[in-house]
Amino acid sequence: MALKQTVGKRVGMTALAWVVGFLIFFPILWTFLTSFKSELEAFSLPPKFLFFHWTTENYAEVQSRSDYLAFAWNSILLSVGANLVGLIVGVPAAWSMAFAPTKRTKDLLLWMLSTKMMPGVGVFAAVYYIFQYLGLLDNRIGIGFLLFMANLPILIWMLYTYFKEIPVDILEAARMDGASLLNEIIYVLTPMAVPGIASTLLLCIILSWNEAFWTLNLTTSNAAPLTAFIASYSAPEGLFWAKLSAASTLAIAPILVLGWFCQKQLVRGLTFGAVK
Amino acid sequence: MGSIELVKVRKDFAGFSVINGVDLKVEDGEFTVFVGPSGCGKSTLLRLIAGLEDISSGQVLIDGKDVSRVGPSQRGLSMVFQSYALYPHMSVRNNIAFALKMDKQPKDVIEQKVKKAAGILNLTDYLERKPRQLSGGQRQRVAIGRAIVREPKAFLFDEPLSNLDAALRVQMRLEIGDLHQSLKTTMIYVTHDQVEAMTMADKIVVLNKGEVAQIGSPLVLYNHPQNLFVARFIGSPTMNIATGPSAAKRSATTIGIRPEHVDVSATAGEWPAKVRLAEHLGSDTYVHVEVDNIGPMTIRLGGEAPNQPGQRIFLTPQEPRIHRFDQQGLRIGQ
Repeated sequence: MALKQTVGKRVGMTALAWVVGFLIFFPILWTFLTSFKSELEAFSLPPKFLFFHWTTENYAEVQSRSDYLAFAWNSILLSVGANLVGLIVGVPAAWSMAFAPTKRTKDLLLWMLSTKMMPGVGVFAAVYYIFQYLGLLDNRIGIGFLLFMANLPILIWMLYTYFKEIPVDILEAARMDGASLLNEIIYVLTPMAVPGIASTLLLCIILSWNEAFWTLNLTTSNAAPLTAFIASYSAPEGLFWAKLSAASTLAIAPILVLGWFCQKQLVRGLTFGAVK
Repeated sequence: MGSIELVKVRKDFAGFSVINGVDLKVEDGEFTVFVGPSGCGKSTLLRLIAGLEDISSGQVLIDGKDVSRVGPSQRGLSMVFQSYALYPHMSVRNNIAFALKMDKQPKDVIEQKVKKAAGILNLTDYLERKPRQLSGGQRQRVAIGRAIVREPKAFLFDEPLSNLDAALRVQMRLEIGDLHQSLKTTMIYVTHDQVEAMTMADKIVVLNKGEVAQIGSPLVLYNHPQNLFVARFIGSPTMNIATGPSAAKRSATTIGIRPEHVDVSATAGEWPAKVRLAEHLGSDTYVHVEVDNIGPMTIRLGGEAPNQPGQRIFLTPQEPRIHRFDQQGLRIGQ
């Protein structure tokens, strides 16, 4: 009976969920609204919520000042490319940890995760000089490689938890059927793990899309993704809130739409392993 | 051809010995059953033969060739798993064809072999279905189809019927028996169910705590158990055991008598007893009794026996059917 809720309680919970949801969504909504204000209205006090003079001039200005599509193309190329390469490395790595573990597998997993706890700025100087030496500054391959490395621990961890759910009997059956290790991974493991692989890929793409520290510091124009596009609107001569908002809206729109359509996968990906 | 030989095979898991030096020879075409209580190592032994686990020491020979360091895919054996382990994302057709595809056989040959296997196993109408759309018995058949289609040197069955209901289990038992008759391929079958072992096997290997307790045909195990463990494990209901004066009288530490080898009388006999319960199965009646100074025993009587709880009766074991064991629990005499 513990789960039976009264109507009052349900109404209360629903209202609370909406309030929390609205609070979390508010910055995005505010950015979106600000992008349609004039620069003057954008920082007027008290702030104007809905009743202002709606204008699309910011978008026109942003598009004429910088090439949105070039930045967007870099974002897509970097976030998708880096993580597809990540999968090629991550799937076999997660396979070996899930199905052929050794005494040190757990330590290895924790060590990989611990690399995510180190602030990137700690190694920034070293990475910068390496990139400079190799001629990789503002280079898609260079920044793509960095994004790939940065996401690899999370990617392997997520795949590992998914693979752990797959009955090992089925892989053993494939071995008995004469499948080589590669065939076992290609024909049996991967098709069974498609939902897991998809949500892992999706989450990692979002992480790469939003990655700002390395992309801002190691790219200028050729390889610059949308994070650099936004940053270019906080100029030395002052902040242009409305234009910055328009740029931000443009930058997050693709990933927001992608996330909206893949909600189910994302939630599953984020809670997998926690709820069985 | 498919003879399998184990030579002093040992398996240790993290310092614990699971298989303790097993020597065994399975002849070509033989139906061998590994039986024993849970945890006795029977599934592990099968997995060692399959190559899914590495042996710690000893040798596994298939057709006289040492395969101890050869991977499962190279040993030429097929296995049917307890969980069926079908590929959930593939149709029945592709499940059965998978091994042939891995073997890179030509398409028309694969098609022909899949059709033949499906015909044998009554799966022809289900070839396009996914495993989740099948009943337990049908899944079991697909698992068997997947095993037979590649014409292995031997089949390994790991408790294949334990997920099925009783009626289906009896039917599948017969089907596997028929399959063995028609294919004449070596089969090794693991079960904890001694009825399955008795009904299917040419040869039974009784395992206890990682060691072979006895190897023999079903009737040899039934009539001449070499030790108390096998005596108790084989036969249903289990053998009655007595110690004390009635054992000493027959110059043994322990004697055993099967429920069907005890005569019952209302007036006189060696063991006075009180009836606790009578189980009526129709064809037989199992009478559970409490024997004075010995303890509980079970008697199997043909047809319908009139015994009532609380009734006093007298039991006499049939002398030639008594099994005698020494202090170590080993059989005395034949």
